Amino acid sequence: MSKRILTVDDSASMRQMVLFTLQGAGYEVVQACDGVEALEWARQSAVDLVLTDVHMPRMDGITLVRELRGLLNYKFVPMLILTTESSPERKMDGKRAGATGWIVKPFNPPQLIATVARVL
Amino acid sequence: MTLDLEMAEIAKVFFQESREGLDVMESGLLSLGAAADSENINTIFRAAHSIKGGSATFGFAEVAGFTHGVETLLDEMRNGVRPVTAEAIQTLLQACDCLREMIAATEAEQPLDQVRIASLNGDIKHILGEASEAPAPVSAPALAAANEAADAGTAGEPGGWRVRFEPVADLLRLRNEPTRMFAELRRLGAMVAHADASRLPPLDALDPESCYLSWDIDITGQIPRGKLDEIFDWVDSGCRLEFTPTGRSAPAAPAPGAKASAQPQAAAIDAWSAETKAVSPTEAKAAASADADRGAPAGAAVQKASGDSGSIRVATEKVDNIINLVGELLITQSMLSSFADGIDPNDLDRLRQGLSQLARNTRELQESVMQIRMLPISFAFNRFPRIVHDLSRKLAKKVELKLSGEGTELDKTVLEKITDPLVHLVRNALDHGLEIPERRVAAGKRETGTLELAAFHEGGNIIIEVRDDGAGLNKAKILQKARERALVAPDQELTDEQIDNLIFMPGFSTAEQISDVSGRGVGMDVVRRNINDLGGHVQISSKEGLGSTIRIRLPLTLAILDGQLVRVGKEIYVISLLAIVETIQVARERLNTLVGRTEVFRLRDEYLPVVKLCDQFGVEPDSRSAEDGLLVVLEADGKRVGVLVDDLLAQQQVVIKSLESNFKSVAGIAGATILGDGTVALIIDAPGLISSAAEQGVGAAAAHAA
Repeated sequence: MSKRILTVDDSASMRQMVLFTLQGAGYEVVQACDGVEALEWARQSAVDLVLTDVHMPRMDGITLVRELRGLLNYKFVPMLILTTESSPERKMDGKRAGATGWIVKPFNPPQLIATVARVL
Repeated sequence: MTLDLEMAEIAKVFFQESREGLDVMESGLLSLGAAADSENINTIFRAAHSIKGGSATFGFAEVAGFTHGVETLLDEMRNGVRPVTAEAIQTLLQACDCLREMIAATEAEQPLDQVRIASLNGDIKHILGEASEAPAPVSAPALAAANEAADAGTAGEPGGWRVRFEPVADLLRLRNEPTRMFAELRRLGAMVAHADASRLPPLDALDPESCYLSWDIDITGQIPRGKLDEIFDWVDSGCRLEFTPTGRSAPAAPAPGAKASAQPQAAAIDAWSAETKAVSPTEAKAAASADADRGAPAGAAVQKASGDSGSIRVATEKVDNIINLVGELLITQSMLSSFADGIDPNDLDRLRQGLSQLARNTRELQESVMQIRMLPISFAFNRFPRIVHDLSRKLAKKVELKLSGEGTELDKTVLEKITDPLVHLVRNALDHGLEIPERRVAAGKRETGTLELAAFHEGGNIIIEVRDDGAGLNKAKILQKARERALVAPDQELTDEQIDNLIFMPGFSTAEQISDVSGRGVGMDVVRRNINDLGGHVQISSKEGLGSTIRIRLPLTLAILDGQLVRVGKEIYVISLLAIVETIQVARERLNTLVGRTEVFRLRDEYLPVVKLCDQFGVEPDSRSAEDGLLVVLEADGKRVGVLVDDLLAQQQVVIKSLESNFKSVAGIAGATILGDGTVALIIDAPGLISSAAEQGVGAAAAHAA
């Protein structure tokens, strides 16, 4: 069975790009456009990986990761933050919130697939 | 794999999204002036951030590089490091304009305006307190070389590494599986891992979610240090991580713990700011200042996108097609209605019932289909905050813009065509209406002027009002000017309202100094003509010292018309109810024939040119004698004519069919419609008819009055 990935981004073009790339690599993809929507969905469903942008309206990616880690069925789910911030502090924020790792934008499809493959 | 093609498709989404993002940034920046609330700055920042991320992802390095500066500035503002000054807002607004152009150029694959970009980049750097010189250009080959050096470690890498890895206890909780890291290491070379279980507690004290193990890993192979860093990147913090080169001597072994400085991704980000070409900031500024001064947001191609809220994009053509079909349906329905008039009385009731239902259904269907074309007027209103902001700065006036009724919907075509006249009216109000702060204070008014744009429905029409609390129109001056230009007869008495509306006459301008803001008096008559072309009407009312109100009345749609059917001989014509003032019986003693063939009719104190439709269109009327007919008084552009017809018939809504596309354009005819009995009726072009009649008639009427 193919692995299911939840991707969260407020930008439609990024969502499409991620969707296209991951589906092309054989993953099943679920999308949300901000943290609130993602969290709502996650409360009732399980995934194998969460891939989230940081800056989003309503709920940012760091908060989302923290909230998700609090859910029983997301305790051990790998979570990657997807961000242009390459600064160490931002990465540490993500880490402290419970993120497994990060992907620094800009990335190309092969980079995304390679990074996802590291945790799936 | 159709990766490139697919990416190009997704890039289109990015362009559209970026334009929406820029709109968000612009309106956010404009409201930032009033109150610098953090949520607003956050929103602006997010929009910039998305544009940067997207443009970098899709390979538009120059857009990404430029946005990087904008984002940095916004980030500092958002963190309270950098004050939100008017100067910074102005620069950011110009940056939005510039980005819009960059995105349009990128999409059209046109070259970018490097001079302007460099100049604005310099401005942003200046605010950021950085050296205003453009960053030393890093050539792409140099960058690639640097990456390569870091990647491949050509300086002579060791024959292997010993890695000491003591992870933090919550390693597993964050799903950083050591086994996965080992698997990756194994791909780099032969690997042996020795687990160190010395920290493992007794079983009853063991937390199954914690990691107690640490490892010594020996890996052999010519492996660049950067590769190892990449693998351990996510677990770097808090863990004890040591890399010791083994095997052959390592000439350039980095110190343990140091990170490879040039990871490809980090380098790419640095490259963003370097990508913009170096242009001397001073000469760039000179060249760009002219550009920056253009008031309106650049890029006519900027298409306002409908919001995300459950809206759809429909090709206008498709919608027009549906509207046409529904029009046909309406015709069928009215055909059946007229057919019912001559049917067996016993069946009549049921037939009538059915027909009324059909009428209701078609009506509802039509209304809902028409709704597809309807857009909220906010699409036109949204541009005004920026225009008012830029213009009030330029004119050194303080202006508060109030918008109301933004959700009022009107036909897309009407909306598109009303935008330019509205812009003109707003610029006029700012330039000529509102006073400079000192004069306002002197007049006992609030320093800040108010400009209001309001839209609302009124009896099947939409009303748009542009209100200002400025100086109002100078009636004496207007009248004087109108007399000078012989627009008004010397002894003619005019009401205040009539005087005000003289400003819509061609070639009228009262501005003491012609400014580049609102033109040279070619404006208001054009505004009125544009509005009339839409089947609308504009008028101004003004109180000296208190301000002016311009009121625009527009039909909700151009596809349907509330019509009065009139008969001339055997022909039936349709006249828009909006144009009809009144209908009167003709009394012979009030009818005068003037020099030539022009007839005028005295209606109260006014002489109206009489237009005989029978002569105009060459039809045989019931009677040649005028008093047997009816005179329909039409008004447009403040001028009136009497149109002579044989009879008035029903009033009904008619579906307008273009005569031009089905036949050809005919003077005096605005279009055609199909009546219930299937015959074609022509729709009278009231403004056209009036202006051509008035040209012949006004002189005649004036001659008669004198």
